[in-house]
Amino acid sequence: MRQASLIAVLARQGVLIALVLLILFGWLRYDNFLGPFNISTVLRYNSMFALVALGMCFVIMTGGIDLSVGGTAALGSVVAALFSPYGTLAGTVGGVAAGLCVGAANGFVIVRLRILPFITTLAAMLAASGAALLLAGDQSVSVSYESGFTDLGQGDVLGIPIPAVIAAAAYVVGSIVLNLTSTGRTVLAIGGNEDASRLMGLPVDRVKFLVYVASGGLSGLAGVVLASQFGAGQPVEGVGWELFAIASVVVGGTVLTGGIGSVGATLAGVLLLGLIFNVLNFENGLGWISLSAYWQSVIRGIFLLFVVILQSRLTLRDEAT
Amino acid sequence: MTGRVAGQVDASPPGAAGRAASRALVARYSTLAALVMLILFNVAYTNHFVSVQTLNVNLTQVATIVIVGVGMTLVIATAGIDLSVGSLMAIAGALAPIIFLGKVVPIGEVHVAVAAAMILSVAVAGALGWFNGWLITRFSIQPIIATLVLFIAGRGIAQVMTNGNLQPFKLDAFQWIGLGRWLGIPAQVVVMAAMVAAAAWTLRRSLFGRQILAVGGNERAARLSGVPVARVKHWVYGISGLCSGIAGLVVIAINSSSDANLVGLGMELDAIAAVAVGGTLLSGGRATIVGTLIGALFIQLVRYTLLANGIPDDVSKLVKAALIVAAVWLQGQGRG
Repeated sequence: MRQASLIAVLARQGVLIALVLLILFGWLRYDNFLGPFNISTVLRYNSMFALVALGMCFVIMTGGIDLSVGGTAALGSVVAALFSPYGTLAGTVGGVAAGLCVGAANGFVIVRLRILPFITTLAAMLAASGAALLLAGDQSVSVSYESGFTDLGQGDVLGIPIPAVIAAAAYVVGSIVLNLTSTGRTVLAIGGNEDASRLMGLPVDRVKFLVYVASGGLSGLAGVVLASQFGAGQPVEGVGWELFAIASVVVGGTVLTGGIGSVGATLAGVLLLGLIFNVLNFENGLGWISLSAYWQSVIRGIFLLFVVILQSRLTLRDEAT
Repeated sequence: MTGRVAGQVDASPPGAAGRAASRALVARYSTLAALVMLILFNVAYTNHFVSVQTLNVNLTQVATIVIVGVGMTLVIATAGIDLSVGSLMAIAGALAPIIFLGKVVPIGEVHVAVAAAMILSVAVAGALGWFNGWLITRFSIQPIIATLVLFIAGRGIAQVMTNGNLQPFKLDAFQWIGLGRWLGIPAQVVVMAAMVAAAAWTLRRSLFGRQILAVGGNERAARLSGVPVARVKHWVYGISGLCSGIAGLVVIAINSSSDANLVGLGMELDAIAAVAVGGTLLSGGRATIVGTLIGALFIQLVRYTLLANGIPDDVSKLVKAALIVAAVWLQGQGRG
């Protein structure tokens, strides 16, 4: 019995343990791994994925899926770049608003027309990337450097990269919403059993609509960060983001059928998958081995494989007892 | 239809049945009707539409989507999904030139080399598909996650194999599969037609086909009535892998080069869209291979029509998105 609960703890905190081990490994093995430059680079770059994964986490907890996040982020980055001459606020609001629109369209089609989230958001991905290309005229859109818009992605507050501050704030809000509000409990209830939630009188349709809107808004925000960090709105960026986000959420232990999930573990999943690339770079820097950047997707895939097999063994065990 | 007036209150069984039947009819043939209308529109308004060249252009462009879509239809018929198809295309596309260019083992006779390359690369893709099936059945992992593993790792494997480099080649003995013609018909169209025919027959007439639909309709019931569920699933994912391998070869043959970064990129979404628009239920249990063919042709022709009439590709993406949602919504009406 005690052993079983130990395994359950391991499963729940597995991603955190893996993350700590990876950081320890890097700290012991490489100089400057925990140096301010490396930490700030990793956080700055991965905060975009963290934002997208947060929205994905909520969608998946309701038992849905959002394949449109990459296209939405691309659209958000283009809109933000177009609005950037009018100031940082205008760029940010524009990019987020574009994302909210895509999310609202997703939510409407899924809730009202009752089309599967998979198909709806697949179509939304096409539409968003088409709209991004159209607005951008098939090329990347340079942001305005006079308006201070690039500070959002490139600047620091108290030595911490601003994108990381934004992502951290989003995760705090996400965690509060999930754990302390009725909306958050409804999200988990829907994922656990949608029909039962409906019969209990929970506002299923409204909450489902809201999670897609939130996912769209967060993707738009990720697009804003993308544009300001790289100095351009990038209509072709975001390809494959949806699957990276899903992988982060799953590695974090959120179950894809919904009903179970953790916001913090999702963040750990993002950092874990992100650090693999970082560690690979450092390892190459040592000169013992030389693995091309292409190995990172292979290693990420193996990580994902390992986690899902482990999870399935544990759930099978739970069902048996 | 009966001659009843729309406002009648008592919906007696014959009238209700007639309405239900007509809704089912709309749902069933909506994509085909839309395809026919699109063709008629083109005949009327698009210059040079009625020509063998136009036909060939559209068919060669749609062939790889249909080939992958055939495997995807079988997978979706079991209520699964295969996200790894694009990555498997990249692996097959990366492996074949490595073999026939003699980078590992030099093979003297060119036809032997090409045959070995084709068979091995398609077999590897099939084996990886089988691996998907193994993950799904052995560990009860959801198909979307199980195939996500190879979606992520597969393209990386292809890139590692080629170190991300383009592999150019010019070899007629191999490139017939993308550039050759048979009685004036492009070779990949022949391959596509043969695979559609074989799969359509399998799904409708064979025991295996019935088992696929039984698994998708109600897995528990299928298991209890003696359907070898695990074996059926292994096979459909294996077949999907084989189809992806063949499609990968077609793509690199057309391009005269293999680029692991690009081969099959986004193919999973194109194939799933074709299947969904074609009328196969994504929840499993009902599937149509011919529908997938029609769905793929429809999506292709929409794109062609817009391009031929001077509308940019970006807009066609928007239109494609709206059409996918509309088609799936219409099909849903038939079951209402």
